Amino acid sequence: MEIRVLGSGCPRCEEVMKRTIDVLAELDIAADVQKITDIMKIAEYRVIATPGFVINGKIKSVGKIPSKDEIRKWVEEEQ
Amino acid sequence: MKDSTKLVIFVVVFLILYFVPLQGVRIMGAILEAFFMVQEYAREHVLFCLIPAFFIAGAISIFISKEAVIKYFGAKANKILAYGIASVSGSILAVCSCTVLPMFAGIYKHGAGIGPATAFLYAGPAINVLAIILTARVLGYELGIARAVGAIAFSIIIGLLMSLFFSKKDRSEEEFAAADTGAEKTRSLWQNGLYFLVLILILIFAAWAKPAEQVGLQNTIYNIHWYLTGTTFIILMIILFRWFKKNEITDWVQSTWFFAKQILPLLFVGVLVAGFLLGRPNTNAGIIPSKYVAMLVGGNSLWANFFASVSGAFMYFATLTEVPILQGLLGSGMGKGPALALLLAGPALSLPNMLVIRSIMGTKKTLIYIILVVLMSTLFGWIYGLIF
Repeated sequence: MEIRVLGSGCPRCEEVMKRTIDVLAELDIAADVQKITDIMKIAEYRVIATPGFVINGKIKSVGKIPSKDEIRKWVEEEQ
Repeated sequence: MKDSTKLVIFVVVFLILYFVPLQGVRIMGAILEAFFMVQEYAREHVLFCLIPAFFIAGAISIFISKEAVIKYFGAKANKILAYGIASVSGSILAVCSCTVLPMFAGIYKHGAGIGPATAFLYAGPAINVLAIILTARVLGYELGIARAVGAIAFSIIIGLLMSLFFSKKDRSEEEFAAADTGAEKTRSLWQNGLYFLVLILILIFAAWAKPAEQVGLQNTIYNIHWYLTGTTFIILMIILFRWFKKNEITDWVQSTWFFAKQILPLLFVGVLVAGFLLGRPNTNAGIIPSKYVAMLVGGNSLWANFFASVSGAFMYFATLTEVPILQGLLGSGMGKGPALALLLAGPALSLPNMLVIRSIMGTKKTLIYIILVVLMSTLFGWIYGLIF
């Protein structure tokens, strides 16, 4: 599973990253999680409001901090 | 941070601490002044202005659907609408430069093109709700409104000029990605509208200023402003209880906390620095004597406006720190025109963000953009200085 958190380093993006890792730990799932901070790469996802949450290439959340429950749901859907 | 950078910082701090003439009256005064200024903010602005403002910013980031706005920046969006939305949407989309720049890159590369993108880039930092509220509160309503109006009007002009200069093939074919989260709507538009209205009313009533004379409507409202604040607060509680789910309220409080966490420490440092360098208004107690400020940016000459605009363009202001710094400058004799010029050019541009902008749209376009911002800000500051 490939998870990308898009954001150029603001605390809101850090929080998404933290929640993602928490959820993966709780579910005991291994995934390739990366934070994309390069603005040009973020633009390539066609996501313009950060933080963005992308799982297996599917954009799940734009411009807000998703709750842990939401992240858990998306991770379970993609399994 | 690299170890070598840390070493340099240590050495610089050491040398300053070693050699600083603390006994000097001017320095002792300036240090004291820094704390006076922080205390003034703590007493005057934190409880009844900043905290409600953070809650409003938090609510905006949670409850206003960004997708509704973003679609107007798409490649196929109506061009005129794109400019209009770009110039005003910063108020709800942009709270710090870390959100403005990715949006700018997105609109420029994959959306409505260079015009709306630069319009957004210019207006965004100036019209975010926190900036407007604090500017109006600390520097006065005149300057707060002039800042918002100036930013909106000039962003459209700058955007149009940029697209005029570089009009060729700047639109992409694809649309922006929309998130398929399938969030359900829990409240109607008027319910959300009422919620935001109540939030804003709480801010207005809580921050109601004591009028100079004890007559008129302003005074009547001042006498009862705590009752009004209390009543609107109770209405807010009822709204939250009836219309909001528990997790929505948690999200709201959390996002408010994020803004506070992100902005307050920088603002604290900004106020200290402004107090140390410039002192509180009309005290001439900062480390920089007032006469130099008055000499450089006093009055309303074109030169003063230009100087304020250029230095604002290169200086980096963390979110909201432009306000205490300008307060200090105005108190030391800066003219109102140059102050507005600095407010318009400052947060929109800084040396670090110029470099990022350059990596997005190249050297030539960035240079033209910087020149436009500096000229426009100078001009608008000058006109404002002539009128007020």
